[in-house]
Amino acid sequence: MDNTFDVWKKVPVREQDPKVRATNFKEVCLGYNMEEAQLEATRCLECKIPFCVQGCPVSINIPGFIKHVKEGDIESAAKVIAESSALPAVCGRVCPQETQCEGKCIRGKRGEAVSVGKLERFVADWTREQGIVPATAGTPNGKKVAIIGAGPAGLTCAGDLAKLGYDVTIYEAFHQAGGVLVYGIPEFRLPKDTVVKHEIENVKKLGVKIETNVIIGRSITIDELLDDLGFDAVFVGSGAGLPKFMGIPGEIANGVYSANEYLTRNNLMKAFEEDADTPIKRHNKVVVVGGGNVAMDAARTALRLGAETHIVYRRGEEELPARVEEVHHAKEEGVIFDLLQNPVEILTDENDWVKGVKIIKMELGEPDSSGRRRPVEIPGSEYVIECDAVIMSLGTSPNPLITSTTKGLDTNSHGCIIVKEETGETTKQGVYAGGDAVTGAATVILAMGAGKTAAQGIHDYLQNK
Amino acid sequence: MYKITRVEHLSEKNWLMDIEAPYVTRSCLPGQFLIVKTGELGERIPLTICDYDRERGIVTIVFQVVGESTAKMAELREGDSFTDVVGPLGQPSEFVHEDLEELRKKHYLFVCGGVGIAPVYPQVKWLSEHGIKADVVMAARSKDLIFYEEQMRSAAANVYITTDDGSYGMKGVATDMVKKLVADGEHYDQCVAIGPVIMMKFTCLTTKELGIPTIVSMNPIMIDGTGMCGACRVVVGDEIKFACVDGPEFDGHKVDFDLAMKRQALYKTEEGQKMMQYEQGSGRCHTA
Repeated sequence: MDNTFDVWKKVPVREQDPKVRATNFKEVCLGYNMEEAQLEATRCLECKIPFCVQGCPVSINIPGFIKHVKEGDIESAAKVIAESSALPAVCGRVCPQETQCEGKCIRGKRGEAVSVGKLERFVADWTREQGIVPATAGTPNGKKVAIIGAGPAGLTCAGDLAKLGYDVTIYEAFHQAGGVLVYGIPEFRLPKDTVVKHEIENVKKLGVKIETNVIIGRSITIDELLDDLGFDAVFVGSGAGLPKFMGIPGEIANGVYSANEYLTRNNLMKAFEEDADTPIKRHNKVVVVGGGNVAMDAARTALRLGAETHIVYRRGEEELPARVEEVHHAKEEGVIFDLLQNPVEILTDENDWVKGVKIIKMELGEPDSSGRRRPVEIPGSEYVIECDAVIMSLGTSPNPLITSTTKGLDTNSHGCIIVKEETGETTKQGVYAGGDAVTGAATVILAMGAGKTAAQGIHDYLQNK
Repeated sequence: MYKITRVEHLSEKNWLMDIEAPYVTRSCLPGQFLIVKTGELGERIPLTICDYDRERGIVTIVFQVVGESTAKMAELREGDSFTDVVGPLGQPSEFVHEDLEELRKKHYLFVCGGVGIAPVYPQVKWLSEHGIKADVVMAARSKDLIFYEEQMRSAAANVYITTDDGSYGMKGVATDMVKKLVADGEHYDQCVAIGPVIMMKFTCLTTKELGIPTIVSMNPIMIDGTGMCGACRVVVGDEIKFACVDGPEFDGHKVDFDLAMKRQALYKTEEGQKMMQYEQGSGRCHTA
């Protein structure tokens, strides 16, 4: 460890060397050890009015758990976190702390914020390694709740309800639980077999049942869950939906993928591993279109599979929606950023395979409705990037599978499920919803926050029923 | 796990299996498909549903060995299990939503080739159960590739068979029979063609000339089967559709079949390599 501890700066976290990690799928960040964590914990001022907690979508008692870390009592720290979060090892890794807890940290006013995320991760990893299960199930209350989707929203809602004594069953469409944690976020950011599997096991230890390979809206409907299978309430956490494409010429060509497809092949289906049956193309040069976290994940995956990788994004660096840390890591690893540029056409060879992308350069004009400056094309600035694959990472539109098969479940003009924000209740009695199915593509922690809110909403509803 | 209750080796590369999959059978309808997976690191393979028994929770699938994953499936025997089976997926055939009185006025012609016989059967059976007898053209390269003939005959009004080599039925391809039937004076209001893409393409060219609206069932590369990956994009008219959620059945006169064939060949190199490794490696020894 660096001996020059500076109270205004975070204790640096050890990472895999960029050159090395660009060729493997092992985790980039190695995390704190006990000594580093305790030292970082001393930086917490234990504010009487902790703004960090206000910044946390699931309101973890942050100074409370950090105090235990300071004292070296990690088990107690884990218990404090477990009161609010079922997935701390996940959140410690993928939350955008810089805009949440750490963004509100008083330390950040003059120096660097306390490294809340890395401390949370340390506590969760230590607890896992010691084999400690921090939360326990509540006394059974005889009421049944069905959860649709075993992603961050569903797992959180399920965990909270189980702690309150509910009999909870999660229905998952995929063959494996975890949602975006297993299909979307790559191994090098979030290890599946250790971290994700373990946190799901912890949810199961609360008595939550997970049934994989069941598609609500196809195998069985919400009405059947409520009317025939005796569930008292249902939570819909079915996640994001159908990948968006640009609608430009050549987009149907071979070698154009949605980021969802590319990442699912690699993450859920483990295509990067020799003994996996699902194939993935190892391209020479890949263009990823988009600037969010998913775009960074796709680019860094393509890079690890051996391609020269470009991010093409229509706005500038400031506007990149991805977390600063992800952009930083991508650059360190050698991803090339072609900013203020936008594809206008995908060029194909005689076999309809991608051979390049025609790009137009952009400049920022007046602010648009989102408050961000609108990118405007610069006439005559077109040029061609030769490449053999294009990955579209433009977000998703909601999946109509559930809403189209459930009477009385209303959606807004975008197709997102309408809920009361304070309770998560939908327009259909007994049905609650949260996460990407409600908000459109957002973050893991916001989905968890919504799962938590809905668990409370369901509890209030069923107590008064 | 999803137990295999019956295995039938139909011909050299074609297999039929009954699987316990109550979540599929409780609601599946003609036209829908399912996904099976073998082993923890197995591939998700979409297959159209061939038959189903709701009471027993048994679904019947037919598949052809085309690569490593299907070769592994062909090694499974009665009593073995698939690691995963999920479904039903996709939209049911349009006619299941149609007014039965209207439907009874229509003369249906089904044209199926190769393993496409499997997805046609539940449609013909469903119509038969609702008092509608359809005509069916079953086409294959040779006699040994024809299966489910008896079942089809019991559900259809007439079954016409063609083989490329003339080993059974009329010598020729499916479209020859379609043309012959119409030339002999048969009138059809609706055609449903399911089989290899090339067969669907030529059937559609024929039925377009004959003025018979035609539905086809697309089976492109896909992963999740619920709309999430977008790998299964097909061009229908001016639109890009997802076969898994918008289909798998589409207006065959609007489908871009040439593009569909190119997209199907996307992973040919990778699949070929895996198949070679599998055949040369220890994969042939059944250790599980």
